[in-house]
Amino acid sequence: MTTAAKPRRRGGGWLKEEFGNPERRTAYLMVLPVFVIVLAVAFYPVADAIWLSLHGGTPTITGSFVGVQNYVNMFQNSDFQSGLVNTIIFTVASVTIELVVGMAIALAINRSFRGRGLVRAAVLIPWAFPTVISATMWRLMFQDQVGVISYVAHALGLVSHPILSDQTLLMIACVIVDAWKTTPFMALLLLAGLQTIPGDVYEAARVDGANAIQRFIRITLPLLKPTMLVALLFRILDAYRVFDLFWVLGGQQLESLSTFVYQSVRVSQLQFPEGNAAAVFIFISALLIALFFIRVLGMQTSTEE
Amino acid sequence: MVLFYLFVTLFVLVSVAPLLWVFKMSIVTKTELFASPPTFLPQHTTGSHWHTIFANRDFLLALRNSVIIAGITTIVCLFFGSIAAYAIARLRFRFKSTVLTFILAVAFFPQVAIIAPLFKQFSDIGLINTYWAAIIADTVFALPLTVWLLVAFFKELPKDLEEAARVDGATTLQAFRKVIVPLAAPGVFTAAILTFIQAWGDYLFALTFLFTASTQPVTVVIPNFAGIHTIDYGAQAAAAVVVTVPLVILVLIFQRRIVSGLTAGAVKG
Repeated sequence: MTTAAKPRRRGGGWLKEEFGNPERRTAYLMVLPVFVIVLAVAFYPVADAIWLSLHGGTPTITGSFVGVQNYVNMFQNSDFQSGLVNTIIFTVASVTIELVVGMAIALAINRSFRGRGLVRAAVLIPWAFPTVISATMWRLMFQDQVGVISYVAHALGLVSHPILSDQTLLMIACVIVDAWKTTPFMALLLLAGLQTIPGDVYEAARVDGANAIQRFIRITLPLLKPTMLVALLFRILDAYRVFDLFWVLGGQQLESLSTFVYQSVRVSQLQFPEGNAAAVFIFISALLIALFFIRVLGMQTSTEE
Repeated sequence: MVLFYLFVTLFVLVSVAPLLWVFKMSIVTKTELFASPPTFLPQHTTGSHWHTIFANRDFLLALRNSVIIAGITTIVCLFFGSIAAYAIARLRFRFKSTVLTFILAVAFFPQVAIIAPLFKQFSDIGLINTYWAAIIADTVFALPLTVWLLVAFFKELPKDLEEAARVDGATTLQAFRKVIVPLAAPGVFTAAILTFIQAWGDYLFALTFLFTASTQPVTVVIPNFAGIHTIDYGAQAAAAVVVTVPLVILVLIFQRRIVSGLTAGAVKG
C-alpha cells in the first residue's frame, strides 16, 4: 500500500496518476453524476444570477449592462430595506431563543429515562411538518375569528386588533412558530453532543470543588463548541433565508430578503433587476457568514477522520 | 424527579398541541369554530370538513402530486447520492474534499437565488409546469443531506470489506455492488426518510415552477384552501392534518433512526 503518502508531483503528473489508475477512475465516475447535477442546477444558475444582476431588463428580455446600478437601486428600495431589517431581527431573535432554550432542554433531559423514545418522537413532529403546513396551522390559531391564540391574547389585553394585520405582531408570531419548530431539533442536536462528554470529567471537576455553573462554562461549553458551531451556522443560514414562514404566516404581507426576491422576479415584474441583485446579495452575504464561521470561529469542516 | 417528568410532559405537550388543536378544528362544526370563547373540548362534531376535502378534486390531485414529486426526488437522490457518497467515504482520489465541499456547499445556497435563472432555463426546455422542474430543483437541494448522511454511514462500515473482496478478485464496482450495497440498507433507509421529508416540504420551487392543479403539491394548495367566498377554515384544518398524519407516523416509527442520522454528521463530522 504505497498510495497513501505519495509526494505531490508538479505539472501534468497528476492527470496520469488520477485517471490512469482504474480505482481512481471508478471513483471519479461514481461522483460524476452528483457533481454534474450540482454544477448545472446550483452553481451555474448562481453565476447566471450574478450576470443577470448586472443587467437591466425583464424576465423575458435581458436589458443592457448596468454595472452595479441595480444594487444601488436595491439598497434604496424600501421593500428591500424592510426585508433586510425583518430578516436580521428574525434571525437574531429566533436563533438566540432556539440556542438558549434548546441548550436548557438538552441539559435537562440528558439522562436516560423511561419513555425517551416517545419524547424524541413527539418533539420531532414539529420538525417533520413542512414549514408551510405549520405556518398554515398557526395562522389558523392566530386568525381573528377562529383562532384560539387570538382569543387568548385579546382576553389578556395583550392585543387590540387582528394579529395577522400587524407587522410587529406578525414578526413575533413568526419567531414563535420558528422556535416551536426548531427548538426541539436544536435540543436533540445539542443532546447528542452532550452525550459524547464522558461523565468522569464532571466527576473530577466536582471533586475539585467546581459548582454547576463553573462546570458548565469550563467543561460543557468548550467540549460542545464543535457541535454548537455547526448547529448555529445551519440555523443562522436557515433563518436568514426565510421564505415559507413569512410568506404563508404573513399572508404575503410580511417582507423578508427572500420574499423580496420572489416578489420581484416572479410576481411584480417591475423590480426584476433589483430582485436579481437581492438574490445575489443574499448569496454573497450567506457565503460571508459561512466563511466567518469557518475562518474566524474555527468551525470544523474536516471531511477526513 | 416529579419536576423532571413534569418538564418533559410540558415539552411534549407544547410540541404536539398545535396539531391536536388543529385536528379539533377540523372535526367541529362551523358554528363552533367561530365560537367565542373557543371551546376546549369539541362539542358539536362533524365529518363535513373531511368530506369536503376528499371530495375536492384539486386536493386529491395535490396529494398525488406531492407523493410523485417527493418520491421521485428521493429515488434520484438515493441512487446517485449513495454511489457518490460511497466513493467519497471509501475510495481514494485526489479531489475528494473539493468534490464534497462543492456538494455540501449547496445546502447553504439561498433557494431564491436560483429561481430566476432556473425559470428561464426550464422555460426554454419546456419543463415549466411539469413534475421534472420541481424534481430537479428539489434534488439538487436534497443531495447535500443525502450525501452527508451516507458518507457518515459508509465511513462506519468495517474497513477491510473492500480488501476482502479484492482478495477474491473483485473490481471496485463489483465490491460495491456485491459487498457494500447489501450492507448499505439501514443507512440508505434512513437517508430515504430524511430526504423524503425534506422534498415533501418544498414550497418555493413548487410555487415557482408549477401552476395548475395537475402538478401542484399540497404545500402550494393548502395555504390557499378556499371555500365559496373565503378561506374555509375547517377544511383547511382537515387538509393540514391529512398531510401531516403520514409524517407523524413516519416519525413515531423511525424516531431513533432519524435522530441518529441527523446527529451522526454533526457530532462525529
